Amino acid sequence: MKIKELRDALNLRVLSEGDTEREISGGYCGDLLSFVMGRCPADSVWVTIMNNVNVLAVASLADAAAVILAEDTEPDEAVLAKARAEGLNLYTSPMTAFELCGRLYDLLA
Amino acid sequence: MSEPVRFHFDVAGENFVSAGEASAAVKKLLRQLGMDPAVIRRVSIAMYEGEINMVIHANGGTADILVYADRIVIVLEDHGPGIPNVGLAMQEGYSTAAENVRALGFGAGMGLPNMKRYTDSMDIETAVGVGTKITMEVRL
Ligand SMILES: Nc1ncnc2c1ncn2[C@@H]1O[C@H](COP(=O)(O)OP(=O)(O)OP(=O)(O)O)[C@@H](O)[C@H]1O
Ligand SMILES: [Mg+2]
Repeated sequence: MKIKELRDALNLRVLSEGDTEREISGGYCGDLLSFVMGRCPADSVWVTIMNNVNVLAVASLADAAAVILAEDTEPDEAVLAKARAEGLNLYTSPMTAFELCGRLYDLLA
Repeated sequence: MSEPVRFHFDVAGENFVSAGEASAAVKKLLRQLGMDPAVIRRVSIAMYEGEINMVIHANGGTADILVYADRIVIVLEDHGPGIPNVGLAMQEGYSTAAENVRALGFGAGMGLPNMKRYTDSMDIETAVGVGTKITMEVRL
């Protein structure tokens, strides 16, 4: 499944977008950055409620395909500007992390 | 053995906005050198964890990356407090991170284990009150 298909299927609100043709390999959920660094597989969708600037670095260095912020979390303007400059696929949704992961799991299964 | 390609970065302490910039720059440079994405990812993760540790625990330091034909060497050096018990620090879940950095998502105690896991060798030289030098190698 491609990022743009996931975005439409889950009705995600776009905060920032880059390569939406990217193929998704899997998913990971978590807020502790070193867990994400160590366990999030490349080309995954990462679900979190963390919204600080370090999320961008982790997503990019771990090669995440997209980040979905749960529960309508939004980063501040400076973080948004950086995400856009880097072309990160960054979305937000009113769903909880639990709901998002459940839907994501079904879609990728 | 031919001369390696070298990159050097100064890493500022206690700055959580610029934290990770050296690792991001290295990732870009390795891409430009046409390295394998899987190798770049391993180097990026290991270096980021070490860079963040220098920011959080050691008031900054330096990062040197040496790209040889057959390996990439990452050297992180700081003049922070040192690590009193390396065996303990290497355990998953062990962290002395303060509350303010935990609120940012750091402090899982997984950084050093990640560095070991994503590299082929890792050497820690550290002395309390003097500093820490970590040398990691990813073979190509
Ligand atoms: N450069 C350093 N100087 C001094 N102490 C360090 C340094 N790097 C690590 N440590 C010590 O080792 C501990 C474990 O480090 P590790 O990177 O595994 O976890 P953490 O940084 O606390 O949390 P995380 O990396 O999961 O966000 C740290 O809490 C700190 O006490
Ligand atoms: Mg750490």
